[in-house]
Amino acid sequence: MALSGMRGLSVFISDVRNCQNKEQERLRVDKELGNVRTRFKNEKGLSPYEKKKYVWKMLYIYMLGYDVDFGHMEAVSLISAPKYPEKQVGYIVTACLLNENHDFLRLAINTVRNDIIGRNETFQCLALTLVGNIGGREFAESLAADVQKLLISSSCRPLVRKKAALCLLRLYRKNPDVVNVDGWADRMAQLLDERDLGVLTSSMSLLVALVSNNHEAYWSCLPKCVKTLERLARNQDIPQEYTYYGIPSPWLQVKTMRALQYFPTVEDPNTRRSLFEVLQRILMGTDVVKNVNKNNASHAVLFEALALVMHLDAEKEMMSQCVALLGKFIAVREPNIRYLGLENMTRMLMVTDVQDIIKRHQAQIITSLKDPDISIRRRALDLLYGMCDVSNAKDIVEELLQYLSSADFAMREELSLKAAILAEKFAPDLSWYVDVILQLIDKAGDFVSDDIWFRVVQFVTNNEDLQSYAAAKAREYLNKPAIHETMVKVSAYILGEYGHLLARRPGYSPKELFTIIHEKHPTVSTSTIPILLSSYAKILMHTQPPEPELQNQIWTIFNKYESCIDVEIQQRAAEYFALSRKGASLMDILAEMPKFPERQSALIRKAEDAEVDTAEQSAIKLRAQQQMSTALVVTDQRPPNGMPAQPSIGPLSLVKVPSETVDSNPGDQGLTHPNGVVYKEDPQPPSQDIIGDLLGTLSIEGPPGAVAQSPQSATYEAEGAPSAADAAALVPVGEESGSVQPIGNINERFYALCLKDSGVLYEDPNIQIGIKAEWRAHQGRLVLFLGNKNTASLGSVQALILPPTHLKMELSLVPETIPPRAQVQCPLEVMNLRPSRDVAVLDFSYKFGPTMVNVKLRLPAVLNKFLQPITVSPEEFFPQWRSLSGPPLKLQEVVRGVRPLPLPEMANLFNTYRLTVCPGLDPNPNNLVASTTFYSETTRAMLCLVRIETDPADRTQLRMTVASGDPTLTFELKEFIKEQLVSIPTAPQRPQGPAAPPPPVAPASQDPGALLAGLL
Amino acid sequence: MIHFVLLISRQGKVRLTKWYSPYSQKERSKVIRELSGIVLNRGPKLCNFVEWRGHRVVYRRYAGLYFCMCIDEADNELEVLDIIHHFVEILDRYFGSVCELDLIFNFHKAYYILDEVLIAGEFQESSKRTIIRLLSTHDSMVEMAKEEATSIGNMIAQVTK
Repeated sequence: MALSGMRGLSVFISDVRNCQNKEQERLRVDKELGNVRTRFKNEKGLSPYEKKKYVWKMLYIYMLGYDVDFGHMEAVSLISAPKYPEKQVGYIVTACLLNENHDFLRLAINTVRNDIIGRNETFQCLALTLVGNIGGREFAESLAADVQKLLISSSCRPLVRKKAALCLLRLYRKNPDVVNVDGWADRMAQLLDERDLGVLTSSMSLLVALVSNNHEAYWSCLPKCVKTLERLARNQDIPQEYTYYGIPSPWLQVKTMRALQYFPTVEDPNTRRSLFEVLQRILMGTDVVKNVNKNNASHAVLFEALALVMHLDAEKEMMSQCVALLGKFIAVREPNIRYLGLENMTRMLMVTDVQDIIKRHQAQIITSLKDPDISIRRRALDLLYGMCDVSNAKDIVEELLQYLSSADFAMREELSLKAAILAEKFAPDLSWYVDVILQLIDKAGDFVSDDIWFRVVQFVTNNEDLQSYAAAKAREYLNKPAIHETMVKVSAYILGEYGHLLARRPGYSPKELFTIIHEKHPTVSTSTIPILLSSYAKILMHTQPPEPELQNQIWTIFNKYESCIDVEIQQRAAEYFALSRKGASLMDILAEMPKFPERQSALIRKAEDAEVDTAEQSAIKLRAQQQMSTALVVTDQRPPNGMPAQPSIGPLSLVKVPSETVDSNPGDQGLTHPNGVVYKEDPQPPSQDIIGDLLGTLSIEGPPGAVAQSPQSATYEAEGAPSAADAAALVPVGEESGSVQPIGNINERFYALCLKDSGVLYEDPNIQIGIKAEWRAHQGRLVLFLGNKNTASLGSVQALILPPTHLKMELSLVPETIPPRAQVQCPLEVMNLRPSRDVAVLDFSYKFGPTMVNVKLRLPAVLNKFLQPITVSPEEFFPQWRSLSGPPLKLQEVVRGVRPLPLPEMANLFNTYRLTVCPGLDPNPNNLVASTTFYSETTRAMLCLVRIETDPADRTQLRMTVASGDPTLTFELKEFIKEQLVSIPTAPQRPQGPAAPPPPVAPASQDPGALLAGLL
Repeated sequence: MIHFVLLISRQGKVRLTKWYSPYSQKERSKVIRELSGIVLNRGPKLCNFVEWRGHRVVYRRYAGLYFCMCIDEADNELEVLDIIHHFVEILDRYFGSVCELDLIFNFHKAYYILDEVLIAGEFQESSKRTIIRLLSTHDSMVEMAKEEATSIGNMIAQVTK
């Protein structure tokens, strides 16, 4: 056993190891923590050795997963020790115990800086390592320049410079706005000539980070990368110690090829030729060998080369070579290679023209779906999902279905969702789609989300040809002795609606249908009962002439549920009971459900993966974005002879919208149902539409008061459900087609987007405009997603940005036509020059058929987007507050007519606008103090402080004080906050029906204050 | 980039953790718990990658010890696997056929060594020789400081005698 060299530490570690159980371990650790704490308290008596020992113990305890909430100070203070052993311990322990968000780190900045600029290279290394591992914003601000100097200094040894390169990489990656890399291209090019491979490797990593952000500036590095790659791949002039299992530094090779993937193309023909030569050599010269480490290394290089080839859009011949190679890989024994083969094949799908070659491997990929390794199965599923199109959908989906029964629980939900989407997207015929979904529910009911079965109901409702088929299928499933509850729901719903279509077949008489549905009744939960009741009511209605026996049976059930504790069930039972006594009028009231309006598939929305933070945007993603910036249009491939081109069929409505679009804001989803009731989209089962349907019709012809208002529609009314909707109730379906009206409230959508960064800006029956924004200091990048919802293309598309004077905005090219069901993404760059509340306007127009549609939409590039929350301590706050004395830097105003809000809610409101509320700063509990940083080109980062004094007796007035270092900013921010307090714009207050025309927006909108006031 | 490095024993005991992305203590414990659940339960002949919360975890088992590194989805998995092995080889050379106990009792040295292999979650040095040379220089500096301290201590002792 090697000894740690510290007896106390070794003893402690052995003690912990010898603990029999977790409880003992905790006791031992607590004892030690107590010991260390007391030792630190009387610090005077500690020798450097002891200090080191205790700090190590702390780290060990921390590593085991216990909370260590003291001693950070001691660890940090060791950094400033004069001697190497203490300093080293200080640096290492600090780097482990703290992260970039710890305040304690500030204490160390000065010492760290002294070590970096000092002459002792060992200390330089320690300091650079710490900053590289946990450096945050403040480190970047005070150290970046010094680190840059070290990296290019000729007097520094490689061991310092390679650390400086990675340290700079970290600082740049975390805070690209702080690290000044203007004019660094030449420096980087020089660094790529570096002889020392350690420095070169680190510099290459740095280059990857730099080019991923801005490749334009680094063109001069491209030929050097190719040279480096050539030198490595030919194994020229590489010191023995830099080869790894005989391969010249695989890491450097991989990094170099990674960097190359961020350049859109290689233009110089000579460079391109040499690069392809090298790549060819790598592709062809790599064999699977016995030694696993050598294998890993050579294939790391090979897979990176593949990615680069894909990126460079090589000639078809080379591409097919790649696919062939991947085809070989997915069948080898080595699991890592199999995994990566599948993964890279999925990436390869993005390259045009090779899909057909990939399809040749379909059988092998399906085999991988049964691999013993879940990681590989996941890859296979992803690949199958990606490669599925009309030609192979049937095979693939059936394969997925078959696999479903044996799949791991962890994968079933994803699997069933993907199968449902593929079935919907590529169904060769609709009955097949219904088959698939029913099988899905049958096999994995627990993993089939509600969205999936809602979707199939929408489908069947919208396609008359399908209805009797679906009813027959549903009947078949009900025959099974044990079926999943979801199956009961779908079957009951479909049979209730369409069972009567089959009434002449044996076994489909109303009575028989009722019996078979009712058999399932004892097994279901309360969520299904309402659907069963509706279905009974429908069966009853379809029984002509009435059968007294059946009627009695069903009435007994209604009677029974009239006293049910569940309000939904009770209401339905009561209503249906009353209705079913109406005789002939029942026919109208319980008529078939009308078609569902075309809408975006909730499934697809769901399938979009949650985004994950990654260090660099991957080259692939970036490439996709570059394609967008030239506004490349991607169309969904459709079966030419696919489904009937009925405008209202759901399945084709595959408008891809950025994830998290509207679902977080249900208020936005109020849609006008053709027959007049506003109902909510997918989150509620269609069963509730039935109620809505009933009520809607009643309001026209049924005797009022016969039925209690359903709670659902009542809510909508209370929220100021568009009165226009009621009017629409009288308009026969199909008459609205003349004029194009927005869906949802444009204002509400705008206000919602002021608070969040992605969502729908505008929607009408033809187009949906989604928006996704990223904000970084005073800059922003918005992407407009223009999705054509129609089966015909939209022409004369024009988007014009009318920016206010304080914003610099640049919209990429918008194509003139948007093909059917395609989505176009147009990036929009925004730069904030100075504080202002003015709003930019998007003047958008398109032509659909003969109609020209023009809307003016406010863009959510508003003041609060350029705020960054910041917490200030009392020590920082008060001096600032005092130094900004009086107007124009500090403004005070008494605001009246404030919407009364409880204080915590007001605090929440502030936080959503990125004004950080700092509790405890103001001793008066009725007051609220907040801080934020504002970014613009003229003001740079500027701290803003806000104080609100409320009067507990009168919540409608308050006194507000705003302070910042810039008079305009102070004024604008004050006005901005005032606007937010006077109205809370997110709530759907204003009864502005979907039928209302878009609000008139003054193109230049010089006075948004007036504009807002006009809206109130 | 590598978001964190995790060394866990077959019994689920943590032997080393190093975080290059900011995680709170709570998140760290959760990550360790989740990942040991996933990684330790994997059979022997499977691939070295698992997908986890939108990231990839590359791991490799050496005797009873699992070396795990978490990377972004778009990163090169095999490259990271090479880093793991490279790190192990350096440990091996430094300790002289390293075993788990070496790492338990010298976890602080493992940290020094890791800092020479990775900074900011990025690979730093591919020459084993360079790293070993550097480590021994550092060790000798510590030794020297110790000797100095004892000799000063002796002097003081002599003076006060």
